[in-house]
Amino acid sequence: MAQNDTLVKGWQPVIGLEVHVQLLTNTKLFSPARNKFGEDANTLVDLIDMGLPGVLPVLNEEAMRQGIKFGLATSAKIAKTMIFDRKNYFYPDLPKGYQITQLHFPIVKDGIVDVDGKKIRIHQAHLEEDAGKSMHDQYDSKSVIDLNRSGVPLLEIVSEPDIRSASEAVNYLKKIHQIITYLDISDGNMSQGSMRCDANVSIMRPDSKEFGTRAEIKNINSFKFVEKAINFEVKRQIKCLEDGETVEQETRLYDSIKDETRSMRTKEFANDYRYFPCPDLVPINISSELIKDISNNMDELPEEKEQRFKKVYRLDDYEAKVLCVEKQTANFFEEVTKNCDPKLSAKWIIGEINALLNKNDISLGDSKITPENFSSLMAKINDGTISGKIAKEVLEEIWNTGSNAEKIIKSKGLEQISDETELESIAQSVLDNNPGQVEAYKAGKDKLFGFFVGQVMKETQGKANPKSINEILKRLLSG
Amino acid sequence: MNFKTQRENFRSKSISAKEAVQETIKKVKTDKLNIFINCFEREALSKAEYIDNNFAKFKDQPLSGVPIAHKDIFCTKDLITTCGSKMLKDFKPPYDSTVVDNCNNSGSIMIAKTNMDEFAMGSSNETSFFGPVSNPWGENLVPGGSSGGSAACIAADITSISTGTDTGGSIRQPAALCGITGMKPTYGLVSRWGMIAFCSSMDQAGPFSKDAFGCAALLDAMASHDLKDSTCSKRKNICYEKSLNDNLDNLKIGVIKNIEGFGIHENILNSYETSKTVLQGLGHELKEIDFSELSSGICSYYVIAPAECSSNLSRFDGVKFGHRSTKQKDISDLYMQTRSEGFGDEVKKRILIGTHVLSAGFYDAYYLKAQKVRRIIKNKFEEIFKDVDLIFMPTTLDQAFEKNRESSDPNRMYKEDLLTIPANLAGLPAISFPNGLKNNLPTGGQLVGNYFSEDLLLNITNKIQEVTDWHKMTP
Repeated sequence: MAQNDTLVKGWQPVIGLEVHVQLLTNTKLFSPARNKFGEDANTLVDLIDMGLPGVLPVLNEEAMRQGIKFGLATSAKIAKTMIFDRKNYFYPDLPKGYQITQLHFPIVKDGIVDVDGKKIRIHQAHLEEDAGKSMHDQYDSKSVIDLNRSGVPLLEIVSEPDIRSASEAVNYLKKIHQIITYLDISDGNMSQGSMRCDANVSIMRPDSKEFGTRAEIKNINSFKFVEKAINFEVKRQIKCLEDGETVEQETRLYDSIKDETRSMRTKEFANDYRYFPCPDLVPINISSELIKDISNNMDELPEEKEQRFKKVYRLDDYEAKVLCVEKQTANFFEEVTKNCDPKLSAKWIIGEINALLNKNDISLGDSKITPENFSSLMAKINDGTISGKIAKEVLEEIWNTGSNAEKIIKSKGLEQISDETELESIAQSVLDNNPGQVEAYKAGKDKLFGFFVGQVMKETQGKANPKSINEILKRLLSG
Repeated sequence: MNFKTQRENFRSKSISAKEAVQETIKKVKTDKLNIFINCFEREALSKAEYIDNNFAKFKDQPLSGVPIAHKDIFCTKDLITTCGSKMLKDFKPPYDSTVVDNCNNSGSIMIAKTNMDEFAMGSSNETSFFGPVSNPWGENLVPGGSSGGSAACIAADITSISTGTDTGGSIRQPAALCGITGMKPTYGLVSRWGMIAFCSSMDQAGPFSKDAFGCAALLDAMASHDLKDSTCSKRKNICYEKSLNDNLDNLKIGVIKNIEGFGIHENILNSYETSKTVLQGLGHELKEIDFSELSSGICSYYVIAPAECSSNLSRFDGVKFGHRSTKQKDISDLYMQTRSEGFGDEVKKRILIGTHVLSAGFYDAYYLKAQKVRRIIKNKFEEIFKDVDLIFMPTTLDQAFEKNRESSDPNRMYKEDLLTIPANLAGLPAISFPNGLKNNLPTGGQLVGNYFSEDLLLNITNKIQEVTDWHKMTP
């Protein structure tokens, strides 16, 4: 690897990420309460989530299956026996005064993800319960707590410190996002907190054999902020060391408004979590049959999908890769190809659809584009009813209204004019109205051909069939 | 009145559930021993009426028409459950524990909740926020603990059955000190759902009664497979009451070599020797076994139990339920004030010990080592049970002692559990039964069995009680 690419002012950043992913289970990790985002406060709360005296946790096996899926997708070791531990600390939104998590015997260990050709190792991924939510700004002098999130299953994915730059960190995070959404184990929605990220950042000289002291940056909630927070932190640490100071081992918070990280607590004030095995949950054995069963029913992973797309739909590397970045795009493409030409559809999805999604910053699922209305558009391009240019206009209309191409073309009169006689009379009148240009063309100014095509298109409001226009104009001008 | 007679009176309609309840409530109201924390007269009477009106439905239930008292560690829906603590003195759980639920469904009528050491931490019932319980055998004596109220309730003849919990001896020791029968089942036989946790890996609920018969019927009601408790056994329950009729083959019963070396009082040793001859008289063979590891159990226990309790009791923080200090300045002050005011000294002491043994730098030396000792004791039991069917030993080192002893010698109180703790560490079932009076006070004998041998333990105790009258002696 060209390691030097990642140096900042002669320093090598070293980064490890801890990614918390909320799992898409029906119920919580240890209680029968529903696991759902955005409901009224404290409506999805069971006795267990309140930590009432005498209540006991019971493991949700769906969450375990999802953890195993992730392990299989990252070629990791799945635990034969996993053990839950208690992490003890006091906080009002942690009703039991401890979090049930996995320390020494996590469900997944030693995975690998491929990030643009570089292998980044996953140290472990473990199951744990989310805490509730404290809110301090809703009432004047009171803090309030919403326990809907209390007990929601999380998979915490801990990478090795294999990442060497902020942009690599973002790409790793995007890769994790791609994997979990492909596996349908999380919606990966960072703005709703279903995917959250802490970054461990240190710097060292490129020839050093030892990592520098690291700072942990907490709760970074977008891809963009991951990059910004790490960049800020790297610069801060460089300045620290170059000013002859030392980097302290501490926990820092990223402030996206000021674009800076701030010290939250230093090592000497770090919590002693007093981990010990949770006596309410016996060690859980994961049988090879279960792993096999999950493995046999695994959804296709991005790389597998890309390969298949190339083979089945004859797409090139680029097309396959772009279509497979997001599972819903890939699924959309496959749905559309049932009725349409794959190459044409791929071109339109990669170009026009993606442009619209980016411009409006929404996902395909949230837009009005459906496989049906998109297919109707492809069909009209394919049979020559409309030109590519008109098609873009029709797509805009579909985007805005969700209507289908046929209706839009009819109501707006956008059918392509392919009628030879009609086109010929329009072309002839264009030539008649521009005698000077005709003369110049005939004298050898070939570039003027485009001018004539443009004029015909203008007369027909773009509806002329470009192929026919070319032929007709050539014939008339040579006459 | 013993359990069998009381149930028979209901089944034969010679006394209605309501009459039984009224009679019991009268006794509860005149109790001078501080056995109860709360009495639920209205609820008990309406339940009794319901049972009388649905006689056919309840007639054949194991506890039909019998009044019961529950240790105040079991959550009871909408009825105050204190766990012997100021922290929960007004706490009304929104749900029933599985034990209470099972007992309700088995035809018993809860009359009252019994006094106990605060959060089950204690061996004398003196740590209760609601004051100490007196032993029916002597007002200046302790009934043992932590289930002291439940044991005294039987010895004072107020109810014929009651429930307790046993983490380090909290059923067997008070049973011995009060001269009744009490059993700690195999860990996992009875659901812990709704039982306020002290040391989750050892807590186990069990029955009290005068005799093995009452314990068998109550255990029939209590034991069930419960999906709400992941540590609960999936074993199919057997009917313990019926199994009392089984013939017992000649058993090999282990007796511990040099047991007098553990510092056991001679009154206890004398009773123990008498019981050994009773067992031999029933045709069983005594076999000496070596169990020198027994005494290290106490060190292991007093690390693991506080460790787990320090975590289990974190939820009492004044935020959601229970006592909440009104003096707080900020959140950490709220925690400190609430917990300082809400917990008693013994509980605080154990939380501090537990927090210490789990702390970074001490975990290996204490918690991990204690777990290793626990493993050694478990292995030793397994080895012993290859040679013998049961182990017989005294329940306690001494008889009921006077109140206020702890202040002069706190370690002595912990040592009190020496002979009961090993069964908890290993998760084995054990029963304590009356072993005769010495100096006019009860002594207790203890049988420890292999996993899920409750039927055998109850059966042999019943056979002993058929040929002795120790369980019939009253203060």
